Amino acid sequence: MGGIDPILLLASLMVASTPILLAALGEMVVERAGVLNLGVEGMMIFGAICGFAVGVGTGSPSLGFLAAALGAAALSMLFGVLTQILLSNQVASGLALTLFGLGLSSLVGQSYSGIKAPPSLDFDIPLLSDIPVLGPILFQHHPMVYLSILLVIGVWVLLRHTRAGLILRAVGESHDAAHALGYKVVAIRLAAIAFGGALAGLGGAFISLVRVPQWTEGMTAGAGWIALAIVVFASWRPWRVLIGAYLFGGVSVLQLNLQAAGFKVPVQYLAMSPYLITILVLVLMSARRRSATAQAPADLGKTFHASS
Amino acid sequence: MQRRQFLATTAATALAAATGSVAQAADKVKVGFIYVGPVNDGGWTQHHHEAALEMVETLGDKVEMVYQENVPEGPDAERAMTQMALDGANLIFTTSFGFMDATINVAAKFPDVKFEHATGYKTAPNVGVYSARFYEGRAVQGFLAGKMTKSNKIGYIASFPIPEVIRGINSAFIHARKVNPDVEFSVIWAFTWFDPAKEADAATALIEQGCDVILQHTDSTAPQAAAQKAGNVYTFGQAADMAEYAPMPRISSIIDVWAPYYIARTEAVLNGTWESDNTWDGIGAGMVGIGEISSAVPADVKAEAEALRDSIAAGEYHPFTGPLKKQDGSDWLAEGETADDGTLAGMNFFVEGLTGDIPS
Repeated sequence: MGGIDPILLLASLMVASTPILLAALGEMVVERAGVLNLGVEGMMIFGAICGFAVGVGTGSPSLGFLAAALGAAALSMLFGVLTQILLSNQVASGLALTLFGLGLSSLVGQSYSGIKAPPSLDFDIPLLSDIPVLGPILFQHHPMVYLSILLVIGVWVLLRHTRAGLILRAVGESHDAAHALGYKVVAIRLAAIAFGGALAGLGGAFISLVRVPQWTEGMTAGAGWIALAIVVFASWRPWRVLIGAYLFGGVSVLQLNLQAAGFKVPVQYLAMSPYLITILVLVLMSARRRSATAQAPADLGKTFHASS
Repeated sequence: MQRRQFLATTAATALAAATGSVAQAADKVKVGFIYVGPVNDGGWTQHHHEAALEMVETLGDKVEMVYQENVPEGPDAERAMTQMALDGANLIFTTSFGFMDATINVAAKFPDVKFEHATGYKTAPNVGVYSARFYEGRAVQGFLAGKMTKSNKIGYIASFPIPEVIRGINSAFIHARKVNPDVEFSVIWAFTWFDPAKEADAATALIEQGCDVILQHTDSTAPQAAAQKAGNVYTFGQAADMAEYAPMPRISSIIDVWAPYYIARTEAVLNGTWESDNTWDGIGAGMVGIGEISSAVPADVKAEAEALRDSIAAGEYHPFTGPLKKQDGSDWLAEGETADDGTLAGMNFFVEGLTGDIPS
């Protein structure tokens, strides 16, 4: 593969994967709590404009990210109230949330197209970033890249090793049983939805503040749907979500690099490769143990009412 | 009042039915626009929309304008066009290559509605096509790219392998090679008109490969932002001036100037003189504009580029003038011969010197 610098490739791979990773991780937590929120795309794009608007307004990308998380979480609460309190259909509400988020963000963003993002310097970890090879790959990124990986670890610990995670999973597996044990199913699910919204918002803001960086209507261009698919193919497990997101982002970047380097593979195959490879790998991984671990949360997408 | 209007409309309809499809003048015309992207994408769609608004401003209340943005190129486009025709549009502009078959299909169902399809090649009695000779602008870009590059590597973010895009690549390459024989092109097919994140990734990939000039045939300003971040990389505005990225990285641009055409065609419907056409205008007719060449370009290079632009505009120079060979080494144009419009309209080959294959 003449001409491709693997160091630069790995570095841009991490940048390209982070938005999908954040959104997919958030959605995974939501689904583990038994809620199917198809509004990821809407929350991402709303986070993208919230983050961009506040980032431009205050000149601080960090405040932008904060606003993106809060804004998208607020938007997700719309879905939360509809599905958890008013007991409406989750699929329909989620799709509506996506459409609403796309519309709302273009309304909010009208005066922001053509404006440049505030400069967000990459965050060089002192000393470590000077290590040859490893330094530029691992230690010279935007802080959000590290935060996304820390979040994967955090979510894994939470779900696997804490009581709170056990309760969250119990709510997702059998809300009736969890309710009988005295857990507040609706409150827990609302919290999970807000967390998912906040992460989707961060993912969107990463696109508008770091990866592109500018505001353009519809700029997430389907990343939210990719995130949703990755959750399923990763069989609802945090490390597999990480692998899936990095595979997808990685192969997407790799195929562009292969094209740029004039690699002799028909472009059509390169263009479809991110989808094929990601699905293939994750399906093979989950096929190893076809038992309960590969299954969706049992109460995924079911509405809960305390009287039932 | 409403009843009277209703009677008048009914009478007009009856008359139209009685007289068949004889052209007649109309008092008011409803013009629809189908856009592939959002109206504020900063590029292609925004420019169509601004031209549409200019048309409305010029013709005043004789025209009612409706539009639908973000229409995907596929079955949904037919639905959007059908809806617009059912809602009473008299003239519908479909502004993306991928709407071609949908336009032809819907036009067959609405023989009284006029359609204008941008950048396509299929016409019908009520379907006209219009496009701009962007390759003339690409010649100027190629010239500047060849002059400005230091690494002799030029990146090109292509969208879909259609003749319009291929013409642009060929034209830019020919003129870059002419002033700089060492120049190489890296072409990335993004398979999208509009996906800022992907366009940014493509630009980044090209820059990492050592390209220091990036040409784009996609609609967003994301590659401009990526180039700006990288520093010493030159870009060109596509479809719109993208002047917010001047003087660096954007050193010039191709601007689509649609408004005069939209005004003329809408007036033709108003006057009852509309006929299916095949308009293909360039710099000379004013349909392709070359954006201000920025201060990042040395004065002598700028003057040469402007001279090239003017000679194309005057018709003295054709960007596809022989001797030219195809990529496989076979002869295409002999010394002094210029390409005919038929070949250009269906161009599906690279010229000699370009590497890589066109996806088929």
